Amino acid sequence: MSSGKTKEPAPPVNVWAPVVGVGWLLPGGGHFLLKRYGRAGLLAFAITGMYLLGLMMRGYLFQPLRGPDVLSTLMNYGGFVGNICSGLLYLLTVWLGYSQPEVPGHVHDYGAKFLVTAGLLNILAIVDAYEIAAGRKS
Amino acid sequence: MPKVSLSHFEAAFLFAFFTSIVLGVVTKTNDRDRLYYGIYCFVWFLAALFGLGWLMYFGHH
Repeated sequence: MSSGKTKEPAPPVNVWAPVVGVGWLLPGGGHFLLKRYGRAGLLAFAITGMYLLGLMMRGYLFQPLRGPDVLSTLMNYGGFVGNICSGLLYLLTVWLGYSQPEVPGHVHDYGAKFLVTAGLLNILAIVDAYEIAAGRKS
Repeated sequence: MPKVSLSHFEAAFLFAFFTSIVLGVVTKTNDRDRLYYGIYCFVWFLAALFGLGWLMYFGHH
């Protein structure tokens, strides 16, 4: 029995891997490689801007630690993945010794959210770059 | 790295601004639609911000 939908073949790895890799390391980098300079600039501005604001608000960088309950563990791991998705921004931050403990206060709280969201927005940018590289979008 | 201290409104406004740019860029297929969708998202973020702000205000009074 046919579902009526044909599955699109996956593009070759050498087509999308550099785009995804550069897109992860540098926000907007995937679009830049694909010569979508305007979009690359906007993505770089928005994602880097959000990340830097998160740092300036002294946001907390999540660690992959077990919490006292499942929800805390999920938040720690999820936040960590979100942080890592910022690519070089995150790596530089850690290498340069940024260490902000989790402290109460709305500014720090917003800062942590900005840092995680920058990574999540970078995932959207990476997926978009992948689709362009795969020829599914212009 | 300088330290900034923003109000709730300023932080949420900037969050909406940056997020709307990315959503506009990655979601649509031409520049006109991208611009409109970015503005659309931004307006809805602000509507939610004011709506929830007033909801919390009345919840506390």
